[in-house]
Amino acid sequence: MSVTPPKSRIWWNDSVPKSELIWVIVAFVWGLIMFFMMIYWHAYGEQNLSNEAYKITAEQFTEKTEAMTDKYTVREESGYPVVRPPPGSDVYMIARLWQWWPILELEKGQSYRLHLSSLDWMHGFSLQPININLQIHPDYEMVLTVTPTTTGEFGVVCNEYCGIGHHTMLGRIYVVDNEGI
Amino acid sequence: MAINEQYRTCQTTGLRVYKSAENLIKANAVVAVVFLLVGGLFGIMVALTRWKAVHLLPADWFYLALTAHGINLLVVWIIFFEMAVLYFASSVLLGSRLATPKWAWAGFALMLIGAIVTNIAVLQGGSSVMFTSYVPLKADPSFYAGVILFAVGALIGCFVFFGTLVIAKQEKTYEGSVPLVTFGATVAAIIAVFTIASGAIILIPTFLWSIGYVSHIDTLMYRTIWWAFGHSSQQINVAAHISIWYLISAVVLGAKPLSEKVSRGAFLLYVLFLQLASAHHLLVDPGISSEWKIFNTSYAIYLAVLGSMVHGMTVPGQIEAAQRSKGYTNGLFEWLRKCPWGNPAFSGMFVSLILFGFLGGISGVVMGVEQINLIIHNTIYVPGHFHATVVAGTTLAFMAVTYLLIPLIFQKEIMFPGMAKLQPYVFGLGVAGISVFMMGAGTLGVPRRHWDISQADAVLPYDFPGAANLMMGLNGMSAILAGVGGAMFIAVAVGSIFFGKKVDSTEAPTAVPTDENAAVVAEHGDEEHPAIPGTIVLVVVFFTSFVLYYFVNWKYLAEVWPLR
Repeated sequence: MSVTPPKSRIWWNDSVPKSELIWVIVAFVWGLIMFFMMIYWHAYGEQNLSNEAYKITAEQFTEKTEAMTDKYTVREESGYPVVRPPPGSDVYMIARLWQWWPILELEKGQSYRLHLSSLDWMHGFSLQPININLQIHPDYEMVLTVTPTTTGEFGVVCNEYCGIGHHTMLGRIYVVDNEGI
Repeated sequence: MAINEQYRTCQTTGLRVYKSAENLIKANAVVAVVFLLVGGLFGIMVALTRWKAVHLLPADWFYLALTAHGINLLVVWIIFFEMAVLYFASSVLLGSRLATPKWAWAGFALMLIGAIVTNIAVLQGGSSVMFTSYVPLKADPSFYAGVILFAVGALIGCFVFFGTLVIAKQEKTYEGSVPLVTFGATVAAIIAVFTIASGAIILIPTFLWSIGYVSHIDTLMYRTIWWAFGHSSQQINVAAHISIWYLISAVVLGAKPLSEKVSRGAFLLYVLFLQLASAHHLLVDPGISSEWKIFNTSYAIYLAVLGSMVHGMTVPGQIEAAQRSKGYTNGLFEWLRKCPWGNPAFSGMFVSLILFGFLGGISGVVMGVEQINLIIHNTIYVPGHFHATVVAGTTLAFMAVTYLLIPLIFQKEIMFPGMAKLQPYVFGLGVAGISVFMMGAGTLGVPRRHWDISQADAVLPYDFPGAANLMMGLNGMSAILAGVGGAMFIAVAVGSIFFGKKVDSTEAPTAVPTDENAAVVAEHGDEEHPAIPGTIVLVVVFFTSFVLYYFVNWKYLAEVWPLR
C-alpha cells in the first residue's frame, strides 16, 4: 500500500505494467510536440512577442512620446490628443496612474513599431476586444511590431492592479481604413 | 529522553501514533481551518463585488478583501495544513517519534504570529497590495515582516520533517524504503525549502525597502524571484495533494501502487523541474528572451507535466485494480460505480482528482504556452485556472483527508454524517463553476483584480460584451455554492473536533469506515499486473480533451493581430 513501505525491497527492479509504460511514452512524446510547437510558431506563426526591450527612464520615455504627439496630433478627444503617426513609424504609448496616453489612430494592414513603458507602477496593457495582453514595467521600454487587421475602436484596459484608480485606467486605439482618409 | 515518549496504537490501522506528533497535527489542522474560514469569507465578498448586479464592496474594501483572500487561502490555510500532512506522513506513517517537537512548536508559533501580523496589516487598509505585493506598490513594513516570520516557521516545520525521517531510519521503525505517501511528502518538503528560500531572497530586501534601507527594487527582478516563491508554493500543494490521493485510496480501498517505480519517478520529476514555473508569469514581460521563456515555461520539455499526467493515470488505475480484486469486474466501469461514493474522504479525493486534471491541469499547460499567454495573461482566466488547481485540487483533497484525520488522529466521530456525505459534491460543483465561468470571462478579455469592469467613472470607457457580465454573475452564484460547501466542511470539522463523541477505542471509527477488505487486498497484491481497462478509457478521454483544447487555443491565437 501507499502508506506502508514497498513490499519488495528492491522495488526499483520490479517490472512496469505495459499500460503505464505506454502512457509514459505517449505523455513524453506529447510534451515534445508541445515544446517544439512553441519553436515552430516562432518560425511560422504570426503572433510572437518580440525580444526587443530597453532600459529607459520615465523622463526619456515621456520626451519621446511627447515628440510624437507634438508632430502627429490630428484632433482632441475628452482631453486626450489623438495621434496619427505615419505607417511604419515608431509609435509610443505611456502607462501611468491612471491613464494610457495618448490615443493612437492607426491604419489597417500597416505595421507600426509600438513602444510601451510605465512612468510609475506596473500596469497591464490589455487590448480589447482583440485580447492581446502585455505586462508593462517602469524603467523598461518594450518594443513590438504590430499590424492591426481589423478596423474600429479598441479599448486599452489596465489589467495589472495599480491602486485605487485602477478600474478607471483606460485608453483607446482607433484603426481606420486608409481609403477613408 | 524523548525516546520513551508515549504513543498509542491506532485500532483501525495499527499505526503507532506519538503524542507529540498527534498534538502538532491537531494544532496545525485546527488553525488551518480557522484561516480557511477567514479567507473563504473574503473570497465570497470578492466574488459578490465582481457580480455586477450585486457589486457588494466599495473599491478600497474590494482590494483589501482580495489581498486578504489571497494571503489567507493561498498561503496560510494551505501551509498550516501542509505542516499537519508533513508530521502525519513522517511520524505517523513511519511509526516514529517526531524530531525536536519543541522546535516544531516554535515553528508553529512563528507561523501563527506571522499570519496574524500580516492579517492586521491588511485589515488596517494600508497594505492592499494583493498577494503578490509587486513593487513599487508599497505595503506597511509589518505586512512583509509577517510573511517572512510565517515562512521561517514553515521552514522549521520542514526541517522537523527531515529530522523525523532521519530518526525513523536510525531507529529502524520501518523496513526498506519509506512508503510512497511519505516519499511524496518529502518531495513537497524539498520544494517548500526552495520556495521559502526564494521568498526570503525577495521579501527581505523588499521589507528593507519598505522601511527605507534599500532605495530601489527592480520590478522585473522582483517578479522573477517572487514567482519562484509564489508559483513554487503552489507546487508544494501539488506534491502534497497527490500524496493525499495515494493516502486516501490506500486507507479507504486498500489500493496499492501499480508500480512503485513509476509513481516515485513521477514525484522525482517534480523535485527536478517544478521550480521552473516562475516563468509562467513572465511570458509577456519585457527584457526576457524567448529561449528562456520556452525552456522554463515548459518545465524543461514538459517533464513536470509528464509527472502529473502519470499520477493522473496511476491513482485511478490503482483504485480500479483494488476494486477489481474485490470482484467488481463486470464491464469497464463496475469498479467505479461500486466505489464508496457516500464516504466523503473518497468522494472528495476523486472529485479533486477529476477537477484538478481536466480543469486545472489542461488550462495550466495551455496558458503556459509562450505565445498563447498573449491572449490570457492577467485576464480573469488566470484565477479561473488556479481555482481549479488550488481550490478544487488542493483544498478539496485536504478536506477529504480531514474526514480521515478526525477519527484517526482526533479520535472523534464525524458529526452530521449526512452533511459530510454531501459536502464534497456541493463544494466541488461550486468550485468547478467558479473555474469555468472565470475562464470563460477571461477569454472575453475580463481583467483579474479589477473592481468594476463597467468602468463607470473612466474618461475613455470600454464596454465588455454582455456575455462577460453574465459569466461574472454565474461566477458569483458558484462562489455562493462553494461557500455553502465550505461552511458545511467547517461545521462538520469544528463540530466533530470540539463537540464530537469520542471514538470508542475498541471499535473501528464510525461514519467513515475503512473498507474491511482493505487489508486483504493489500496482502493479495501480486507481481502480475492487474488489467485496468476502465482507467485506460478515462485516460483516453482526458488526453483527447487535452489535445483538442490545446490546438483550439492556437487557433484563437492565430486570429489576433500579427505581432513580432
